[in-house]
Amino acid sequence: MRVLLVLPILIPLSTAAVSLVFWRRRSVQRWMGMAGTSGLLAASVWLFEAVRREGIQATQVGNWSAPFGITFVADLFSAIMVVLTGLMGLAVAVYSLGSVDRRRESFGYYPLLQILLMGVCGAFLTGDLFNLYVWFEVMLISSFVLLALGGERGQLEGAIKYVTLNLLSSAVFLAAVGLLYGLAGTLNMADLAIKLRAVEQTGLVTTLAMMFLITFGVKAAVFPLFFWLPASYHTPPFAVSAIFAGLLTKVGVYALIRVFTLLFVVDVGYTHTLILVIAGLTMITGVLGAVAQNEFRRVLSFQVISSVGFMVMGLALFTPLALAGSVFYMLQDIVVKTNLFLVSGVAHRLCGTSELKEQGGLYATYPAFALLFLIPALSLAGIPPLSGFFAKLALVQAGLGAQSYMIVFIALTVSLLTLLSMTKIWNEAFWKPQPSDSSRAEMPTAIRAVTASGRMATGTLIVPIVILAALTVCIGLAAGFFFDLATVAAEQLLDPTAYIRAVEGGMTR
Amino acid sequence: MGSLILSTTARFLMPLLLLFSIFLLLRGHNKPGGGFVGGLVAATAFSLYAVAYDTNAARRVMRVDPHTMIGTGLLVAIASGALSLIAGQPFMTGQWGSFHIRGFGELYLGTPLVFDIGVYLVVLGVALLDVFSLAEEKS
Repeated sequence: MRVLLVLPILIPLSTAAVSLVFWRRRSVQRWMGMAGTSGLLAASVWLFEAVRREGIQATQVGNWSAPFGITFVADLFSAIMVVLTGLMGLAVAVYSLGSVDRRRESFGYYPLLQILLMGVCGAFLTGDLFNLYVWFEVMLISSFVLLALGGERGQLEGAIKYVTLNLLSSAVFLAAVGLLYGLAGTLNMADLAIKLRAVEQTGLVTTLAMMFLITFGVKAAVFPLFFWLPASYHTPPFAVSAIFAGLLTKVGVYALIRVFTLLFVVDVGYTHTLILVIAGLTMITGVLGAVAQNEFRRVLSFQVISSVGFMVMGLALFTPLALAGSVFYMLQDIVVKTNLFLVSGVAHRLCGTSELKEQGGLYATYPAFALLFLIPALSLAGIPPLSGFFAKLALVQAGLGAQSYMIVFIALTVSLLTLLSMTKIWNEAFWKPQPSDSSRAEMPTAIRAVTASGRMATGTLIVPIVILAALTVCIGLAAGFFFDLATVAAEQLLDPTAYIRAVEGGMTR
Repeated sequence: MGSLILSTTARFLMPLLLLFSIFLLLRGHNKPGGGFVGGLVAATAFSLYAVAYDTNAARRVMRVDPHTMIGTGLLVAIASGALSLIAGQPFMTGQWGSFHIRGFGELYLGTPLVFDIGVYLVVLGVALLDVFSLAEEKS
């Protein structure tokens, strides 16, 4: 099973390398993008099956035994995330075929996408904190380029904020890793889990926990540290913002959940209460921002922040049900968020603009497309048969169980406001008639653009949206199955002995 | 750029620098050196040529596009690590073999050298891509 753990990293890397060899052949790069993401999805499903059947998997890269070498570990939580990475990668690679322009393609869009996916998979699979830092850098550098590629004015403005803040967080990360090494003498997460429980200066451990909270908080876009996200996510091509919104903040949340279940559980009363406050504030500020915005992708960007609040809430409550809720929320939210951004791209193409005020009439002209928007939108708001409902239900139940009534109240209010912001998009873009003055000139060109690019191109835009919407419905209908998975993942997170044992297989003491 | 001294010395220095870069690459196996410095020295050879003549001439001398070189280097590095997977060991485990060459003796070779060759190609490609793009930038 050692091969399986490195395949999600090797496949995107090899794909990117082959694409570089065929630098001038755009069609080869497009096909390689499809082949690479399909391969990644297949490998990730295989890994997931192995982890589900045989428990936590681990391998020591280069055969250097555990606390010294680099460990790759996949527990159920990591495996689920890697599968979703493969799935979103494939959806976005298909969507890119019909939406990313020629210039971006010839400047290495497809290899960059692969490197981004490699960074994300690496972050999910590594069992070593310094290695996690490296994967974050891989992910960030490729995302910097993807964000700025094309060099439009708005893009560069967004990219500067994004780069500055993320570099700052990386610096804090590196400092924290250095201090932690000084304290514990190891950076292997399983080894740290043992050593940190035995450290006498709990104050130092809590200080380090706060540093990690800041760095991962920036990446996850939690309350006081989120402002880079709405400043940048509405600027790049739609395919790029879809993969960013779907995966990048979730890597931050994943890292938070990993370190605050495995490592920093010494002073739960302090750290996790703080996280709970942050979760509440993140939800509120996110959704208020979403309600206030008037541009399709800006509304969605703030919704990304609000959802991060929900995921972190489950971590903060720190009960089995709450963590299962968090995992389940992440699982379905990745699908929903990616899909909403993909939908916003099609709406942009149909209306020729992303300003909600200038959009309109989409329900009258494309009723089926309107339905495709409604599925993820209602799921995000938490309307019953869809996946978002069950995620929120679990978190609210966990909140009630932990007697944190305040956070439950906030979560319910935020859900209502989410519905409000989704209704706003629905009213403006889909329901209201086409505004006559502004777009009479633009609308025909937009429609011509759709027909001119041909049925093939439109198909590449619509097929991923349909599949992701179907998946949202499936997760909702088969919520029991997915929730059981999330429960097992949460149990593994709360009881790290199996994780430590899996890594220790190659540990010398 | 029309300096006779520079263009003549560049012609003489280039093979020396390239030889030296390969020396560094091989020496890195057991002593200071390796693919990274080797690649940088090789890149200086081509950069010097680009300064003495122009980037088009340097590209012609190189024969391979820097992008292709980066891609090939990555593939070589991946292959060196993946070899251990076929042998049923964890990724990147060093694989070693010794060869007997008549009149030379035992030659002990392993995948770390292959990995270093990959690094050499990637560093050479990246450095030259940077130099060429900066030099070809329209002001």
